[in-house]
Amino acid sequence: MAETATTKNLALAKAINESLRRALDADPKVLIMGEDVGKLGGVFRVTDGLQKDFGESRVIDTPLAESGIVGTAIGLALRGYRPVVEIQFDGFVFPAYDQIVTQLAKMHARSLGKVKLPVVVRIPYGGGIGAVEHHSESPEALFAHVSGLKIVSPSNPSDAYWMMQQAIQSDDPVIFFEPKRRYWDKGEVNTEAIPGPLHKAKVVREGTDLTLVAYGPMVKLCQEVAAAAAEEGRNLEVLDLRSVSPLDFDSIQASVEKTRRLVVVHEAPVFFGSGAEIAARITERCFYHLEAPVLRVGGYHAPYPPARLEEEYLPGLDRVLDAVDRALAY
Amino acid sequence: MTVESTAAHKPRRSAGGKAGATGTERTTRTTARKSAEPELVQLLTPEGKRVKNSRNAEYAKYAADVTPEELRGLYRDMVLTRRFDAEATALQRQGELGLWASLLGQEAAQIGSGRALRDDDYVFPTYREHGVAWCRGVDPANLLGMFRGVNNGGWDPNSNNFHLYTIVIGSQTLHATGYAMGVAKDGADSAVIAYFGDGASSQGDVAESFTFSAVYNAPVVFFCQNNQWAISEPTEKQTRVPLYQRAQGYGFPGVRVDGNDVLACLAVTKWALERARNGEGPTLVEAYTYRMGAHTTSDDPTKYRADEEREAWEAKDPILRLRRHLEASNHTDEGFFAELEAESEALGRRVREAVRAMPDPDHFAIFENVYADGHALVDEERAQFAAYQASFVDEDGGK
Repeated sequence: MAETATTKNLALAKAINESLRRALDADPKVLIMGEDVGKLGGVFRVTDGLQKDFGESRVIDTPLAESGIVGTAIGLALRGYRPVVEIQFDGFVFPAYDQIVTQLAKMHARSLGKVKLPVVVRIPYGGGIGAVEHHSESPEALFAHVSGLKIVSPSNPSDAYWMMQQAIQSDDPVIFFEPKRRYWDKGEVNTEAIPGPLHKAKVVREGTDLTLVAYGPMVKLCQEVAAAAAEEGRNLEVLDLRSVSPLDFDSIQASVEKTRRLVVVHEAPVFFGSGAEIAARITERCFYHLEAPVLRVGGYHAPYPPARLEEEYLPGLDRVLDAVDRALAY
Repeated sequence: MTVESTAAHKPRRSAGGKAGATGTERTTRTTARKSAEPELVQLLTPEGKRVKNSRNAEYAKYAADVTPEELRGLYRDMVLTRRFDAEATALQRQGELGLWASLLGQEAAQIGSGRALRDDDYVFPTYREHGVAWCRGVDPANLLGMFRGVNNGGWDPNSNNFHLYTIVIGSQTLHATGYAMGVAKDGADSAVIAYFGDGASSQGDVAESFTFSAVYNAPVVFFCQNNQWAISEPTEKQTRVPLYQRAQGYGFPGVRVDGNDVLACLAVTKWALERARNGEGPTLVEAYTYRMGAHTTSDDPTKYRADEEREAWEAKDPILRLRRHLEASNHTDEGFFAELEAESEALGRRVREAVRAMPDPDHFAIFENVYADGHALVDEERAQFAAYQASFVDEDGGK
């Protein structure tokens, strides 16, 4: 499809950039904050050019202090601003974890609804880019366990663009996990489209034999798995969750009632991960529909390994296909 | 700009563990405490006499025009706050509150700083700022909801520009800084004040709030009530230098004020707020005071501090000090004190009745306000809870 006035072919990082630009343009209360987000445009250039066009008071380079970034964003939100903060890498969010969990997540409830905290915390997450320690983690389950937060992760440029718009407009704090290994993947973005609900899953490939559920960086892999399985005569459905909290169990249930088999794929460790929650709830909801136990493919209960080993750690085509085979063998 | 001199002060020596503490170490600590005191900005001595010296000259003008009526107002605020605090402590002992964090002894720090504020200023308290809440017009009974266990807050922060109490130590200093950054962006000339204690000064969030406020020149006053004890840990376990001197390393002024001197607290806070309003950035005020009671009703100060220490501080009582001054200046008569006594008793009675009348929250409050825009899981679990509750009603014959 050729680019039109409203449709652009954008890399995922650039789609977020344009979405942030649109938000800054539309609402003077929107602020961008983080380490290196200004002149450098972020270490992944997601905020490239924004400070130049919107100034240092809208696009704010912060001290290197993650708790400070989130804590001051809370204060700014209390004053009526809508801060979008960047945590440089997944593994660096933990100094801010206290502010996110004990303050950001709870203040609306503590104030009996009088205080709203429309703060977006952007976290480039996941592996596959050959990075050093603390630069490749997937901590989404640690946040999903906390009430008061919403957690989303786009898998493609169009969703990245629109989900960022919706996250900024949300009156709830949103943790926005960006699949950094997909930052450079391109796709069509219709900037005039009317987006679907932020927390609704999307069937990205229809199928009848088994459902693959994924979000963020693993959606593309699952589409590749489905394509490979198709060559073996297997018709897999792929569901892009898009949102980890709330999680769209209705869409998973509908798919599983059709395919009767479910494999959940994520990069995070399997143990106590989002796959565990999905498996438990889908077993409850679909016990009589399931032909096989819900299987999970993900990281191991081990620190994220050095880059030369990450391909062994991360779910890849063969590991997911193996799980598909096991599920279909029941 | 005045930054209190650091030259005269030697870093304190650690008192060491109890078992290993030698006589020499104890002496060192006592000496260190004594040597710290002359740095205080003081306008009123413990005997109630006005002080004029080179150290307080810059601040004294901020209390120079305090009228006798205003002095009586400060006295009334402190007396009523103490009475409220005593009532809350008693209510905890009677089982009406799950916990109480007493402010006994810190009335001057809180009323002095609280009365320095303008209505459009914004306050970020810790969980002991009952006197500041009083100055902001928050109904004292509202402060007790969270201690009784009927809510986790209990007032609208924007009604009185008084944020909810923050339990996690030091977190609110960052909220105050961010809020102040927003005030500056709005071009408003109001100021923000963040309260915290000597223990909180060890927290990373407090350090980060100093960094952010300095870098962005945020109009925020950091008001540290150094009440000498972080539960059972003395200030020596938090710092090797006087706390107000921390500000120097961040590039803004720090000043230590006699926290039991309501006039000095009023003056120094006004000075710091004026700096904030004038775009001169943050200030650290260390109110040097003493928590006369326990950290909360859960601990027992007799296990970790000496009676003599408390007795020494009792002699510096903030309320007694102002009373002596009022009496010596002939600003009051017996009628004033008698009326105030009656007003105190009425306040205690009202608070007692209000607490006992507080209804338990509705069961469904568990699910209220978890999210502003709703959440599917909360909706699902609320429905499950409702069905579970309804099952009891059915068994009971539909009642």
